[in-house]
Amino acid sequence: MNALNPGGRPIEILLVEDNVEEAEMTMQALREGRVRNRMHWVEDGEEAMEFLRRHGRFAAAPRPDLILLDLRLPRMSGQEVLAEVKQSPLWRRIPVVIMTSSDDEKDILGAYDRHANCYVTKPVDMEKFMAAVRSIEDFWLTIVHLPAA
Amino acid sequence: MPEARASTTIDILLVEDSPDDADLMIEALKEGELESRVTVVEDGVDALAYLRRQGVFAAAAPPDLILLDLHLPRMNGHEVLAEIKQDAALLRIPVVVMTSSDSEQALLDAYDLHANCCVLKPRDQGQFAQAVKKIEHFWRQIARRP
Repeated sequence: MNALNPGGRPIEILLVEDNVEEAEMTMQALREGRVRNRMHWVEDGEEAMEFLRRHGRFAAAPRPDLILLDLRLPRMSGQEVLAEVKQSPLWRRIPVVIMTSSDDEKDILGAYDRHANCYVTKPVDMEKFMAAVRSIEDFWLTIVHLPAA
Repeated sequence: MPEARASTTIDILLVEDSPDDADLMIEALKEGELESRVTVVEDGVDALAYLRRQGVFAAAAPPDLILLDLHLPRMNGHEVLAEIKQDAALLRIPVVVMTSSDSEQALLDAYDLHANCCVLKPRDQGQFAQAVKKIEHFWRQIARRP
């Protein structure tokens, strides 16, 4: 169903997550998924913007097909990254999935107001966490048609 | 948490002018493990009137999710999407664009207008029904809706 896969190049996923354990679990769940993908992990909002701008050590970075974005991040918050991405004619079409431990209605509404593509709360329990990532993978990489450019 | 919201009914606005596609989608939603209330409108003008509770839609309930076809009479899906995503009262409602259009540009335009996601309607009926069920499942159980 997806124009990028199968047969084509792997799906490039930018993961913006400052918690090492959660980042590793997310990448593991996606590696085990059915759709070929390449994960790129950055740990704060400023790095996420540098990745998108291909600055410094990200000079050879691909354009991500999907962004998984935590909200509580050092240096630059997830809401700020989201606002920049969704206001930019270059990047606004890239789907942004908010993945956060925050259940706060203010965060949820703020994210949708900034045009987050969807908002998922991260379960604390490890098995449920992995299941949530697999659900995101199943929906966004197999059912959804990601924008090809 | 998903468990807490699992029992609630969700209201889905289906904007679809093809009776065959609408029937298939309603059937697929009925077969889901949980109840959905589905309202069908057949063109873009009615979709906006429904969302803004105008005229015959004065008593309409605000939907939790919108499934939007792109090829619609009177006002096309892109125009409906642009109106929704520029309206502070409506922009938080997730919009899933569903189209049989093969044009990549039409889908890119939908993403640029802040569609929450785009899904190509599979030609195979079984796969189409399966896709509808997965959309409903994801937006009901996995994603937090506003």
